[in-house]
Amino acid sequence: MKAAVIVFPGSNCDRDIEVALTQSMGRPPLMVWHRDDSFPSVDLIVVPGGFSYGDYLRAGAMAANSPAMAETKRRADAGVAVLGICNGFQILAESRLLPGVLMRNATLRFICRDVHLRVEESRPPFTGNYRKGQVIRIPIAHHDGNYFADHETLARIEGEGRVAFRYTDQCGKPTARANPNGSSANIAGIVNEAGNVLGMMPHPERLADQALSGTDGRAMFDGLVEAFG
Amino acid sequence: MIARVHVTLKQGVLDPQGKAIANSLKSLGFSGIAGVRQGKYIELELEDADPEIARAAVEDMCQRLLANTVIEDYTIELDG
Repeated sequence: MKAAVIVFPGSNCDRDIEVALTQSMGRPPLMVWHRDDSFPSVDLIVVPGGFSYGDYLRAGAMAANSPAMAETKRRADAGVAVLGICNGFQILAESRLLPGVLMRNATLRFICRDVHLRVEESRPPFTGNYRKGQVIRIPIAHHDGNYFADHETLARIEGEGRVAFRYTDQCGKPTARANPNGSSANIAGIVNEAGNVLGMMPHPERLADQALSGTDGRAMFDGLVEAFG
Repeated sequence: MIARVHVTLKQGVLDPQGKAIANSLKSLGFSGIAGVRQGKYIELELEDADPEIARAAVEDMCQRLLANTVIEDYTIELDG
């Protein structure tokens, strides 16, 4: 598998995802500066977490209009896998690669802690290495993770099985208490219609090494390597 | 020419920041507040003096960057 990580001014999880991908791929991904509108062809493009452009205007709004994102959009439309984590999810939503928007957390607080997620679909390339219904532990760290979409959009996402992850308790129940940020239907991650674009607020790259107290995130990167060889 | 853009959350979209502001105002002793909605104000200085062209340009800016029309509405006022 060949992968690229887009780096924006204010990205701060680009190195973490670089380490996690290198561990699973056996070689490092390309690091692509946001001004680059051309980069070698890859199987996976990762839009990492952080505070691109200082969250000016809206989280992800500036980054969504960068040259590297215009190219990422073109490739996503052509079927290349795109993974957006945290600020990356916000950027994919602002780019309209994914429906809806990530609003300010309902509590108005920045939340940084581990949460439990239920894997809603076991589907390559992103979640094929998890079981449907499996509960995993992954950290979140965000101020704007409150997923919102209008009723029709939500109904369509649910009906098409496009919710990838939901916030649940450790038994896999999507309770109000297990919802950290007020997201509609406890949604933590969604895919696009074709299934080649995933956006998620939790950080799988932060729990992909036993030295960091867990490896529940690693299955995603190993699964991607299996999917793309 | 000056364009004044107000960006506000759509009706029906929850505004937790507005709620927090309402609570703070109440704790300061202000009464009679039925609700608070928070928005953004963006002022643009435009070189084009033709109001029709300017309005069309600002409309395009709102659609593509200044507002996220999934959750936000906007109004445009032109001056000068």
